[in-house]
Amino acid sequence: MAEEFWRWTESRWTDPAIDWKAGKIVTGGVDVGSVSSQAVIMVDGQLLAYGNTRTGSDSPNSAMNAMNMAMEDAKVTYDDLQYTVGTGYGRVNVPFGQRAITEIACHARGANFMYGPSVRTVLDMGGQDCKAIHCDAQGKVTNFLMNDKCAAGTGRGMEVFADLLNVSINDMGELSLQVAEEPPPVSSTCVVFAKSEASGLLRAGWPKEKVLAAYSSAMAHRVVSLLERIGVEKEFAITGGIAKNIGVVSRIEKELGIKALKPTIDTQIAGALGAALFAQALAKKSGK
Amino acid sequence: MLANYGYQDGSGDYFITIDTDKCTGCGDCVTTCPAQVFEILTEDPHDPFREEPVAVVKSSEKKKIKYSCGPCKPVGERPPSPCVVSCRAGAISHNW
Ligand code: SF4
Ligand code: SF4
Repeated sequence: MAEEFWRWTESRWTDPAIDWKAGKIVTGGVDVGSVSSQAVIMVDGQLLAYGNTRTGSDSPNSAMNAMNMAMEDAKVTYDDLQYTVGTGYGRVNVPFGQRAITEIACHARGANFMYGPSVRTVLDMGGQDCKAIHCDAQGKVTNFLMNDKCAAGTGRGMEVFADLLNVSINDMGELSLQVAEEPPPVSSTCVVFAKSEASGLLRAGWPKEKVLAAYSSAMAHRVVSLLERIGVEKEFAITGGIAKNIGVVSRIEKELGIKALKPTIDTQIAGALGAALFAQALAKKSGK
Repeated sequence: MLANYGYQDGSGDYFITIDTDKCTGCGDCVTTCPAQVFEILTEDPHDPFREEPVAVVKSSEKKKIKYSCGPCKPVGERPPSPCVVSCRAGAISHNW
């Protein structure tokens, strides 16, 4: 089989130090996006485990796959989950979920946990859309804006470029920085147009890193203009898969003149993490 | 919360903002808007702890408000949009 350059690394993680059986409230959060799905298990406000996988053709299965990954090492079963919240594009199709909450709310809540209460601006660069969010010290949304009209500035766009250039998606950020001088950005971030423009540049003899630099800076510019509609207040944090792409992140930071906080855990799980946190609050409220 | 619904594209920015702290969920905007852009939800989808109704822009409308709102936005002498006038709480604004 040919190498699949777009394929990013699926992951799972469990905190071996937590004895969840001694905990009171065990909840789940599942984020079924158009490209990737994540599940998080929390116990008494602490992150116990997560799974991060590619979304398959059906949402209920993708939700289960991600949750099974999270459960495996922690040895948690579905019966142990007292409350589960679904989020993301497939949020209403989480078979074991009690409630669906939007990604906007969950990403703000998740970023608050991940990066701390000083976060005021969250940029989520997901698989298929891009969101700019302001939140307060509790992670509650105060202002938001979303662009889901096109795949510009999204993981899906990066995947298309990984395939076009035959570069692994994990290496694209670094590679895009290996240019002596920043080339002019591609004129369109619309994935379809950008792809044909990039093909033209390759034929004209541009090296891959230069094409990638031109695309990454167009992408950064696009999300910065989205962010500027609501303004950027410090601290600033990025969630979603593209937060792992140093080429895009550093170009966003440069254009804004603000550094993004450094992530400590997988930025793709922010939505599921927020969902599991809401589940903690909802479980308490429902008196379980 | 300022909920911005709409998009940016090559031709410009098109966003309707609903200030959910002001919105009472009265539904006047829903009955006034000729293009059925708004709907009332019993809970705010972006704020799980708010338990009062709130107006949102329908998801089917989010990607085309430039066109849906076109007839309300004549060039030249421009009366305020019907939705903005209808909202006694002053919760609705448009950026274009
Ligand atoms: S008219 Fe104003 S207050 Fe009433 S539902 Fe619409 S936005 Fe809310
Ligand atoms: S401008 Fe007109 S069409 Fe647009 S939301 Fe307001 S009332 Fe509806």
